[in-house]
Amino acid sequence: MAQEFYLRQAYGETLVELGGENPDIVVLDADLSRSTRTRLFADKFPERFFNCGIAEQNMVSIAAGLASSGKIPFASTFAVFVPGRCFDQIRMSIAQPRLNVKLVVGHGGISVGEDGTSHQSIEDLALIGSLPGFTVIVPADAIETAQAVRAAATHLGPCYIRLCRPKVPLVYEQSYRFKLGKAVTMRQGGDAAIIAIGLMVKAALEAAESLKRQGVDCRVLNMPTLKPIDEAAIIQAAAETGAIVTAEEHLEHGGLGSAVARVVARHKPVPMELVAIKDTYAKSGKPAELFERYGLTAKDIEQAVKSAIKRK
Amino acid sequence: MSIPRKCKPSTSAKSVKAEVFSSSASLAEMEAIAKRLRRHIITMTGRAGSGHPGGSLSAVEILTALYFKVLRHKPQDPHWPDRDRFILSKGHAAPVLYATLAECGYFPLEELLTLRQMDSCLQGHTDCTVTPGVEMSAGALGQGLSFSIGVALAGRLNSKDYRTYVLLGDGECDEGQVWEAAMAAAHFKVDNLAAIVDNNGQQIDGWNRDVMSLDPFPAKWQAFGWQVIEVDGHSIPQLAQAFDKAKKVKGQPTLILAHTIKGKGVSFMENNPHFHGTAPDAEEVKRALKELE
Repeated sequence: MAQEFYLRQAYGETLVELGGENPDIVVLDADLSRSTRTRLFADKFPERFFNCGIAEQNMVSIAAGLASSGKIPFASTFAVFVPGRCFDQIRMSIAQPRLNVKLVVGHGGISVGEDGTSHQSIEDLALIGSLPGFTVIVPADAIETAQAVRAAATHLGPCYIRLCRPKVPLVYEQSYRFKLGKAVTMRQGGDAAIIAIGLMVKAALEAAESLKRQGVDCRVLNMPTLKPIDEAAIIQAAAETGAIVTAEEHLEHGGLGSAVARVVARHKPVPMELVAIKDTYAKSGKPAELFERYGLTAKDIEQAVKSAIKRK
Repeated sequence: MSIPRKCKPSTSAKSVKAEVFSSSASLAEMEAIAKRLRRHIITMTGRAGSGHPGGSLSAVEILTALYFKVLRHKPQDPHWPDRDRFILSKGHAAPVLYATLAECGYFPLEELLTLRQMDSCLQGHTDCTVTPGVEMSAGALGQGLSFSIGVALAGRLNSKDYRTYVLLGDGECDEGQVWEAAMAAAHFKVDNLAAIVDNNGQQIDGWNRDVMSLDPFPAKWQAFGWQVIEVDGHSIPQLAQAFDKAKKVKGQPTLILAHTIKGKGVSFMENNPHFHGTAPDAEEVKRALKELE
């Protein structure tokens, strides 16, 4: 059993490191600093931490003002609120002027669990991914989270990093090196390719393992940078395997599946299946129960691979 | 890709070293500048055939006082790190800002006639990526005060002594975000920030009091922890005095409630909500310019 860690803990600890290295790093939160772990930074650098209270629109625009004056603001809350509650602020204050703001949000997807619909962000990747110039990252484990946060700090321009609430098993070794905009081949295979993000990377690996036992060789790609997406890796996977399955903890509208489909349709049309939430809201429940109910398990991925291969 | 070109630099920029803008204009000179700004607003919106002349005309003296008296700025070096910042939150009043920036020498006056045209560096609402001197892309109301808090906090963190000024519309204060920001500015004690409300009493659908009452307006700001100064927003000396007073307050942001008249300076545009978002036609331009001679 792989060790499990909170991605947000990795975020908070990395922020503290970055704060020590660069005096221009500032952090904002909207009354969720204990949950998002920006509290770690606040304790160490109180003069560079701004708790904006439960006012996400204000937080996002303050971050923009800080960035316009040379600071590197990291603003954090839950994914339902940023971008959900302040899309226009992100659009006009950050995306249009391409300001150097980093939005790092927790509680993405339905793995939020018992809190239910209001706190389960299943549209955020569609919203943020629609904004020109935004870099969008969904790390798969704590090791990747720490490195993605560092990459965002040095990348000039608006970034969105989506984290999730529960502990996540490691899928990487410490020696892993995250590269912005690059897919990572987690497993080679020639019969089909599973492209996954976030929590679903682990499920994709499990599905591939099970399929292997049934004689189906799956390639597994982690696509931590959702935007700009690694088109070359997608085209290569489509060309070499002839069937693609995407897996994400998000609505099938406007998330990973849509982004991959755009590339596949344009460059190398092959059968595709999308493992994602189908045009509905989820309810309260344990994350595992919800994944089962809404079709996001390794079994669902396995089934999708079989369907895609059948359509070759 | 279609990207509006950036404004060409002012002709003087090539020969003149970027210097701090001289703020020695006399009151009579500033009043003459204010009249020129009004003429520019009429001419440019008339030429464009669309735009927001009403709320531009009401803010003329506010921008004149700021740019020709109060602000420390360098038109030839718009990104000078020590500049005082002016943020136009009511982005639809872009014409008055463009006219002011052109009069200061940020870009040539002829650019004003390209307002709202394809590939113009003067977009319908302010766009900081193409217009020198524009600090924030605005037009979506309610965001400028929050943005200005960020700018002011950055100044504090960087130990810079620049001041941040932000102009809001009164109708804009319907937006909830304005009050989130009002609360935060007092909480963070940004005394290097002064907000001005262009209190012309009207918004697109009519008088504020009929659309959405703001009363008791000054008391609301006071209750949020601001120093409030009320002035005649068409009196340059009163405005200058208010800006001076704002500088002296410690630990608290200042709100200058500038009582103004929408469409000020042109008889048939004054207090006429029609000219909030409608440009004067050719005949109206002629009449307006005659009044502004």
